[in-house]
Amino acid sequence: MAVQTREVAPAAAPEGAKLLTSVEVARFVAQGFLRFDGIVPDEINGPAVERLAAGPGEVDYGMTVDEAFGPGTLARDLLDLPEVAGALHSLLGPNPTIDHHAVHVRKPHEGEAQPLHGDAIIDVRPDAFDVQMMYYPREVTLEMGGTLSVPGSHLRRTNESDTGRYQNLRGQTRLVCPAGTIVLLHHGIWHGGRRNDSDTARYMYKIRFNPSVKQRLWWDTSDLDDPAIDQELSLRNPWTEVATARLEVYNRVLLWRELSGKDDYDIDFWVTRVRNRPAADQSN
Amino acid sequence: MTATQTQTVQGSTLRQQVLVLYLATSALDARVVGWSRYDGTGASSPTTGDSDEPPYESGVEALQDGWRLIQASQLIPPYPGHEYDMSFLKHEFFFEKLVDIAG
Repeated sequence: MAVQTREVAPAAAPEGAKLLTSVEVARFVAQGFLRFDGIVPDEINGPAVERLAAGPGEVDYGMTVDEAFGPGTLARDLLDLPEVAGALHSLLGPNPTIDHHAVHVRKPHEGEAQPLHGDAIIDVRPDAFDVQMMYYPREVTLEMGGTLSVPGSHLRRTNESDTGRYQNLRGQTRLVCPAGTIVLLHHGIWHGGRRNDSDTARYMYKIRFNPSVKQRLWWDTSDLDDPAIDQELSLRNPWTEVATARLEVYNRVLLWRELSGKDDYDIDFWVTRVRNRPAADQSN
Repeated sequence: MTATQTQTVQGSTLRQQVLVLYLATSALDARVVGWSRYDGTGASSPTTGDSDEPPYESGVEALQDGWRLIQASQLIPPYPGHEYDMSFLKHEFFFEKLVDIAG
C-alpha cells in the first residue's frame, strides 16, 4: 500500500498533547530514543499485565490508530496520555499508521539474551523513520534483563541481527526503570532483550508506527534556534570509533535538515565543506 | 592431518577461549569501545548485555594479560559513493587463550 505524504501544513496536535521541543527532537535525532520514566499512572499500570495477557487484539498493517485501538483498549489509554500523544505527534506528525504491535514476556530465569539487532530488515531511509513505542507496565530491575539498547546506533546501516556478534558496547543502556515507563525508539536502533536472571517475569508492550506525512516541524518549534540543538547533535557516544564518530555527526546533520527544513544547517562546516563545488574560474 | 595428529587433538584437554575487542582506531593500543567473549571450556556463558565495563582498556592490555591475537580487521577503503555511510564497527580484533580443562 502506498504511503501518502504531503507538504508541511499547520500542525493539528491532539488536544492537550504535550509537544516535544526542538532540543528534544534533536536529542532523538542524535541518540535514537527518548525515555519517559514512570509517566503512565498506576491506574493503567495496575491491570495492564492482565489486559495484555488477554490478548492485545488483532492489528493489520496500515491501520490507523483509531482503527487499530478502539476506546477502552490499553493502547488507547497509553496513546491518549498527553506526553505520549505529544511526543508521537512531534516525531511522526498527524495520523500515523500502525505497523504492528506485540507483547514481549521474559519468564524468570528464561534462557538466553537476544542478540543485538535492529527490528525488521535493513531500512536506510534518509528522510523518514518509524517510531517504536515500548511500554513497561511493571518495574524492571537490572537482574530482570530489561531491554539493552545502544544510544546513537540507529543511523548505522546494518541488517537485523547481523550485529549479534557485539555483546557489549561502551555507553550501552541496560534498561532499569520504574513501572509505567515508556521509551520511544527510532526504528534503526540496535537493541535486544537481555537474559532474565531474576525470579520475576518481565513485560514489555511494543507498538510500531509508520508516518503518513512528511516528518517536518510537527513539534513545538519556539526554540528552533536554540544553541542546545547543536550540542545535542554534536554529542559523541562512547562506543563509536574516533573517525566514524564524525560521520555520525555528519549523518545527524542530514537528518536534522530533513526534519527542520533548514537546508543549510551544519555543525562545524562538515556537510557544507564536502559539498562545496566552486564554479569554474571566470577571472581570466 | 595425520592419524597421529588427530589422536592428539581428540585426546587434548586444551580448550579455546575467545575474546573479541572493538577498538577506537585500527591501532592495537587504541581504546576498547566494545567486547564479546566465548568460552570453549563451558565454565562460563558470556552473553549479550552482561557487563558495562570492558575487560581491558586496550588491545595491548589484553596481550599483557596473556591473550594471543589471532586476527585483526583489514583496512578496506570505502566503496565509491558510500564514503559517509556508517555500518558495523570497523576495528575488530580476535584474541584467544588456551585453557587446560583437565586441571
